[in-house]
Amino acid sequence: MEFFIQQLVAGLTSGAIYACVALGLVMIFVSTDHINFAQGEMAMFATYLAWAMIDAGVPFWLAFILTIVIAFAGGLFIQRVILKPLEAAPVLSLVVCFIALLSFFNALAGMIWSFTIKQFPSPFPPRDVFGNGLVSIQQIGVVAVTLIMLGILTVFFRYTTLGLAMRAAAQNPASARLMGVRVSWMLALGWGLAAAIGAVAGMLVAPIVFLDPNMMTGILVYGFASALVGGIGNPMGAVAGGFIVGVLENLVGSYVIGNELKLTFALAVVVGVLLLKPAGIFGRVIVRRV
Amino acid sequence: MAAITDSWATRGRPGWIVILFWGLLAALPLAGLFTNDPSFDYYMFMGQAMLINAIAILGLNLLIGFNGQISLGHSAFFAVGAYTAAILMNFAGFPYWTTLPIAAVICFGAGFLFGFPALKLEGHYLALATFTLAIAVPQLLKYKLIAPWTGGVGGLILDKPDPPEVLKLSPDQYLYYLCLVVAMLAFWIVRNMLRGRSGRAMMAIRDHAMAAATMGINTARYKTVTFGISAGITGVAGALSGITVAYVAPDSFTLQLAVSFLVGLVVGGIASLPGCIVGGAFIVLIQNSSQSISDWMKVTFSLRYDVPAWAIYGVLLILLMYFMPRGIMGGIETLWLRVTNRKEASS
Repeated sequence: MEFFIQQLVAGLTSGAIYACVALGLVMIFVSTDHINFAQGEMAMFATYLAWAMIDAGVPFWLAFILTIVIAFAGGLFIQRVILKPLEAAPVLSLVVCFIALLSFFNALAGMIWSFTIKQFPSPFPPRDVFGNGLVSIQQIGVVAVTLIMLGILTVFFRYTTLGLAMRAAAQNPASARLMGVRVSWMLALGWGLAAAIGAVAGMLVAPIVFLDPNMMTGILVYGFASALVGGIGNPMGAVAGGFIVGVLENLVGSYVIGNELKLTFALAVVVGVLLLKPAGIFGRVIVRRV
Repeated sequence: MAAITDSWATRGRPGWIVILFWGLLAALPLAGLFTNDPSFDYYMFMGQAMLINAIAILGLNLLIGFNGQISLGHSAFFAVGAYTAAILMNFAGFPYWTTLPIAAVICFGAGFLFGFPALKLEGHYLALATFTLAIAVPQLLKYKLIAPWTGGVGGLILDKPDPPEVLKLSPDQYLYYLCLVVAMLAFWIVRNMLRGRSGRAMMAIRDHAMAAATMGINTARYKTVTFGISAGITGVAGALSGITVAYVAPDSFTLQLAVSFLVGLVVGGIASLPGCIVGGAFIVLIQNSSQSISDWMKVTFSLRYDVPAWAIYGVLLILLMYFMPRGIMGGIETLWLRVTNRKEASS
């Protein structure tokens, strides 16, 4: 029973991180219908920036905030400069572009900071909460940061004019444009948000898995699985999907298939959801007229 | 990507350029007679790698360029091909050349089966599913239950085949010819297929799936079979790579391999057969000269860091998508058609 609870908590912790990655994917998907393959590497790169700042003596939480701001600006920049000219391009060009960004960021991080793994400081002390070895402050912290971020995003989308404009641009670009919303800039904002959320995910996971240029590959795959399980167009669904996939991954990993096939499990989840319920658990089925 | 037809693929007879080109490739090892360069065998090995990559890209191009299904997971089929060859040679004592058709059949099966879920997926979703496949494969190959056959993390070491005595070739020259013959065969098969009814059906599905279905094309069957053939061709390339490198290991079949195929495809030219060879040669050249390119860039742009090949790939892919979305051969073809005033140039 104790082992089960430990696995459950560990699952919720990794689930929180998957939820962040999935949330970043959803931000881009709802407004553009694109799946950003570079989401993980963008997050990894932002995490390196945070590491460099902390290494230079900046306090953790200041570096945390600064990294989020820089990541936001970076995401905005990528959309404006690289993806805007390809807005009308075929799917293949976009996929190639995302893969290019993925390779580029991976190589750039390796180039600047080398491919050796680095220790990333954790803001949370590694102590137990209840003193029985079940739940650590680190785990509570990760989940709490995710939930706080989700809260901020919900408030932003529901109660601010800018959030409303972004939702309008995503749901009905033509009408939004007629109402004076600058749709193209709303897409850029979506990219900025996605990059910022990704940065949070990267900084949360780095103390657990250590920092190296390939650290997000597996996590990105789980992020995909989470986003799909929850319904890739639904932010709340993505978060729920993240927790579901995180817990499932840990339970299936420890009781059924072992840790060596975790990525295969993610593959099975991705293909399974796409085949059986492409809209996910919380997603709406989109009927397309021809 | 509407209405791209490959003029080389659809033209009636193989032109003299094509014959000359393959002839030239076949004559290359003869240069060894006139040189005492100790690294000549290494050049032959690079030539093998280029041809192998060209075949793998041909498989990918058939799927992406001519059928419009995006795959980021062809490293998986390459791996299946390589492991098929390795396991058959090491554990069942098969002669190396018999493993090629077997790898083709097994990879066709694997691709055909993966083609079924792919049927329901389009564009980004298919890219997503195949991306996940590419990432899962190395881990799957290391799995302990199949480790007795796959060699686990360490992989398998093979015997490099010896050339027949009568040919008086060095092993690397011989393997070069093996790759060349297989490549010619693969290109010949694909070219004939594309010229016929099935090729037109594949391209019709790519350009407008619904219209194709209305015209009586069984889109489901064509898409799964194309996926199978594509995987089969890439699998043969994988088997060849296992034979020529004489070593297979899980970490050679990562997402990066799939991405390098994609790079070759995009550089050479989407929906272009000669482009596959250009792309195959390109990725081998970049990988082999990445150190000197990096040194050159460090000096020219006074950079403090090494420039890995992947950074170059990334920048190059984005630039190509802007300026030459059909790749080098695509660009040349468009230019050629414009110069010779063919009607296709305007479409």
